[in-house]
Amino acid sequence: MYRIVRKKVLNPTVTLMDIEAPLVAKKAEPGQFIILRVDENGERIPLTVADYDREKGTVTIIFQIVGATTEKLNHLNEGDCLHDFVGPLGRPTETEGLKKVAVVGGGVGCAIAYPIAKKLHEQGAEVHAIVGFRSKDLLILEDEFKAASSRLVIMSDDGTVGTKGLVTDALKTLIEGGEKYDEVIAIGPLIMMKFVCKLTKEYGVKTIVSMNPIMIDGTGMCGGCRLSVGGETKFACVDGPDFDGHQVDFDEAMARSTAYKPFERAQHEATCNLFKQEVK
Amino acid sequence: MPNMSLKKNEMPSQDPNVRNKNFLEVALGYTKEQAIDEAQRCLHCKNYPCVQGCPVSIHIPDFIAKVAEGEFEQAYQIITQSSSLPAVCGRVCPQENQCEKHCVRGIKGEPVAIGRLERFVADWHRENVKEDPVAPVKNGHKVAIVGAGPAGLTCAGDLVKMGYDVTVFEALHLAGGVLVYGIPEFRLPKSIVANEIETLKKLGVHIETNMVIGRVLSVDELFEQGFEAVFIGSGAGLPRFMNIPGENFKGVYSANEFLTRVNLMKAYREDSSTPIQHVKNVAVVGGGNVAMDAARCAKRLGAENVYIVYRRSEEELPARKEEVEHAKEEGIIFKLLNNPVAIHGGEDGFVNKIECLEMGLGEPDASGRRRPVEKPGSNFELEVDCVIMAIGTSPNPLIKSTTEGLDTQKWGGIIADETTGQTSREGVFAGGDAVTGAATVILAMGAGKQAAAAMDAYIKNKK
Repeated sequence: MYRIVRKKVLNPTVTLMDIEAPLVAKKAEPGQFIILRVDENGERIPLTVADYDREKGTVTIIFQIVGATTEKLNHLNEGDCLHDFVGPLGRPTETEGLKKVAVVGGGVGCAIAYPIAKKLHEQGAEVHAIVGFRSKDLLILEDEFKAASSRLVIMSDDGTVGTKGLVTDALKTLIEGGEKYDEVIAIGPLIMMKFVCKLTKEYGVKTIVSMNPIMIDGTGMCGGCRLSVGGETKFACVDGPDFDGHQVDFDEAMARSTAYKPFERAQHEATCNLFKQEVK
Repeated sequence: MPNMSLKKNEMPSQDPNVRNKNFLEVALGYTKEQAIDEAQRCLHCKNYPCVQGCPVSIHIPDFIAKVAEGEFEQAYQIITQSSSLPAVCGRVCPQENQCEKHCVRGIKGEPVAIGRLERFVADWHRENVKEDPVAPVKNGHKVAIVGAGPAGLTCAGDLVKMGYDVTVFEALHLAGGVLVYGIPEFRLPKSIVANEIETLKKLGVHIETNMVIGRVLSVDELFEQGFEAVFIGSGAGLPRFMNIPGENFKGVYSANEFLTRVNLMKAYREDSSTPIQHVKNVAVVGGGNVAMDAARCAKRLGAENVYIVYRRSEEELPARKEEVEHAKEEGIIFKLLNNPVAIHGGEDGFVNKIECLEMGLGEPDASGRRRPVEKPGSNFELEVDCVIMAIGTSPNPLIKSTTEGLDTQKWGGIIADETTGQTSREGVFAGGDAVTGAATVILAMGAGKQAAAAMDAYIKNKK
């Protein structure tokens, strides 16, 4: 069993948890993910590693409450245990040799972008972080990004925090202003990553994206997480989750990500209703 | 006097039109009387031809003799000297190509129903004997097994009986490998697999789930932790696709994904939190046991038309005859000599048609089967809302890429000695699908058994 040693509500829909999983903590690297099950009959959900503490033996996850499983997860508290927690899975983000990088995070994707920014910063690279949120209420990890970058640009859809606009606007301004990046690392909603890639392709800047498709085992068995990358079938769990963003077929990935939307909505509602009944 | 009936006692089964709507076991098993009667058909040949056909060399005529005498527990003890998973083998082994193929009674009439008798004995033991097996005396040596599937569990069972301290590392949250994620409930109830694994635990086997070797620990680290030999039985890996247009439409599954959702994640149950699409018309591409399993699951989930699309003829179907017959009885439609060339989808991103080409049969190819030849211009479309690709797998790259000095075939399979499982790394043995590519449960078990003997010899010689 994997104990929750810390729980912190980051905003109304995003929660952080430190999970006791010493073996995973020992090996985890930025860019990798874990799969967890909340209870015995739970589904397996992948979540990217947000941080880890090798000494304490904990792995940090940050999740948005979007479905039945994340709803159940969010109802657990410090001291409770997860039924299963397996990882680290996937390949770590390649950071070697990078001198100047723009790390672009969108929404809860910032949770994945942060450890990568931190690692790059620690190895002496110049990091520009561009993070985008719908509004001020949803802003997460501001202090963390400040500490891990030499330049932090905050964008919001409604202008309640930072500058009003999209992360692509900010990235464009920086590139147009003469910033020369070895690489852009973009992590967030598929639509955001698609447009970041569209932009950086125009400027010829290599761009890495972290894909989070529907997945079951996460170890290279089910094939559910397949993507088209450069015209070839790739599996996010063993070939990724990082890919060359200019090669990824985002439209296909977006279509595939909706395969179970009606089921997921119904499950989420049912779970919420259960919790409501418990409260009564 | 032996029972000279030319026919096997029939296996009592659920009616096809009832069972194709539920996930309960299809075959119901022999009664005591049927088992004793069938056991009396064995002629107890002096040279034991059946045993030569068994990958784990069960003393078949001996256990059958005990069944004929009604000494079922003694029969069980004879089987478990050789097999760690008798209730599993009795259900999923292709006996017709193994023990039963060599049975003298099969020359004129049907062979003795060895598989059904094995199943009877294992089930009788599970239902009637409640005493725990006695854990063997430990010999003080530690061994590690990677993967809790048929190869790994067999290897673990043999080594624990020899006195080794055995730890099995399983990547999924549940032990059993293909027995729990692949083979459906109606062919192999999961409670039976769980029971076999429980027996191994009682013998002293440690099973650690959620451990992806190659990520959380490397093979080298296992040696550092004091394991003296390692067996790799990591199984089949990534599903193959045909590389035809449209394979990434929603509603196109690999058989691995479809079966994992249904079996491991229990998507067939209303209360499952893992979704599966409930579809009307399904094309399963492929002709092996996995294709049959996927098709029969789809039917049970309520599909009206389920097609098996296979590019050769019935003669070449790699699935067991019994599985093909069961599938037909349940209403699966066989579209033989048809090869998919494209999958089409609608604006909603879901598959709506599969386009196939008719095939003829040419000269035999390297496998000895007649080569399918396209009939140009014979394209036709089947309306489907789900396509399941069951055309095999390629080995998981994880262990190979994280274990130095472990040689693999060009296609990724681990290179291992055929009789010992010895790999290019000292102390590392391998077997099952990770070595052979997709094969059968019993072949994996045979490899696990051979490797266990070789690991024992290796550790003893090292001293």
